[in-house]
Amino acid sequence: MTKSYEDIPLTPISSVPSTMNKTGLWRVFYPVVDFDKCTKCTLCWKFCPDAAIQLVDGLPVIDLEFCKGCGICANECPAKCITMVKEGE
Amino acid sequence: MRKVMTGNYASAYGAKVSRAEVIAAYPITPQTSIVEKLAEFVAAGEMKAKFIPVESEHSAMAACVSASIAGARTYTATSSHGLTLMHEVLMWASGARLPIVMTNVSRAMAPPWSVWADHMDSVAQRDTGWMQFFCESNQEVLDTIIMAYKICESEHVMLPAMIIEDAFILSHTSEPVDVPDQDMVDSFLPEYDPAVKLEVGNPMGFGSLVRPDQYMEFRYKAMKAMESARERIASVEDEFRRTFGRSYGGLLDEYRCEDAEVVLIVAGSAAGTTREVVDSMRDRGIRVGLARLRALRPFPQEELRALANRVRGIAVLDRSYTFGAAGAFYTETCGSLYPQAKRPFVKNYIAGLGGRDITPGIIEGIFSDMIDATDRGEVAGPEWVDVAGLERRWR
Repeated sequence: MTKSYEDIPLTPISSVPSTMNKTGLWRVFYPVVDFDKCTKCTLCWKFCPDAAIQLVDGLPVIDLEFCKGCGICANECPAKCITMVKEGE
Repeated sequence: MRKVMTGNYASAYGAKVSRAEVIAAYPITPQTSIVEKLAEFVAAGEMKAKFIPVESEHSAMAACVSASIAGARTYTATSSHGLTLMHEVLMWASGARLPIVMTNVSRAMAPPWSVWADHMDSVAQRDTGWMQFFCESNQEVLDTIIMAYKICESEHVMLPAMIIEDAFILSHTSEPVDVPDQDMVDSFLPEYDPAVKLEVGNPMGFGSLVRPDQYMEFRYKAMKAMESARERIASVEDEFRRTFGRSYGGLLDEYRCEDAEVVLIVAGSAAGTTREVVDSMRDRGIRVGLARLRALRPFPQEELRALANRVRGIAVLDRSYTFGAAGAFYTETCGSLYPQAKRPFVKNYIAGLGGRDITPGIIEGIFSDMIDATDRGEVAGPEWVDVAGLERRWR
């Protein structure tokens, strides 16, 4: 509901990060990691532009509620262990 | 303490005595000596501030925005192409309601390439939501920076301000300047302590997304803030005058306008020349006056309406041009006067672009032409003054 100009701060202030805004539905392709081939180099984690990758025991775990499917992780992976798979396939 | 200094050093001393805590800047002619001097102050420990050298003016303003959100008093300086590169972030600074103070050494836009005085850069930022103050002297530059922090940081304002000094005419010309005692400035200008700020232990996002159902209310608030700045500018200047003994005439600085028939509106350093010409013409019995446009934003609408009720003609000198329309000071003036019944003749004169001298001869020529146009009741224009190839030329 629209608040009166008198009841709002000077500029919009949010207390939660934009990661609260689930963006998984934007995706056309999703990344699948072959953990047997992963060398734990962490490049995918470093390059993910939206911080949708967490490292668990050095291995990349992708948050599919947030990953937009850009494919940068797959493109950067030197071991070629990330495959982009079309949603629904 | 009286010192002989350039307009640029006056800017640097203004930021120093105002105790700016974060300075982020990128060098550009003719602004460079402002930030060189500030870098010296910081390096020598004379100023307790973080100096951030950045890779562009866009980054300079972005760093100032971030520092200001974190509650620091911030300062930067730029000129011409540097200012226009900042354009996007200038909008961010005002929209996020941050009291950043910046000097712009007003310089022509290229091409043709030019480093000299011209107001096109400043005028092009008119709609960014910044207050804009044009200065006539180096002392006014220093004093306006101190006053600007107090105006900007007021809880009813919370908007940024641009202090404008003309390239070379002020920036590189030395004048005697009184640098106020630090303890006097400290009691005039309290520490900046915003109600809400970014803190390490309390993460927040500033300037977040709002949907169409809430956007207009934020813009309405900013409009109210800029309107309330009018009163704040007057009260801060009044307090400044009582504390330091100097004042500059509010939004519209009138000189010998009381019984004037024709007045000239002009901003920046050309006002000094105009004062001389007004005195000289008054000595000859010609009733002319100067209305120095000190602020482009907020624009002195009420002041101009009051002036219009007393004079027959208003000449407006623009040191920039808005292609396809006229000089911006002229269109702003006409826009302010239209809603009232008494509207004197108004004529636009374009002079001094790219550092071309605005001589006493040009000012007197404008006054004479305006008196003539007013008598005849014909005010065509805009009239470009002193352009080679034009039949009508005076210098």
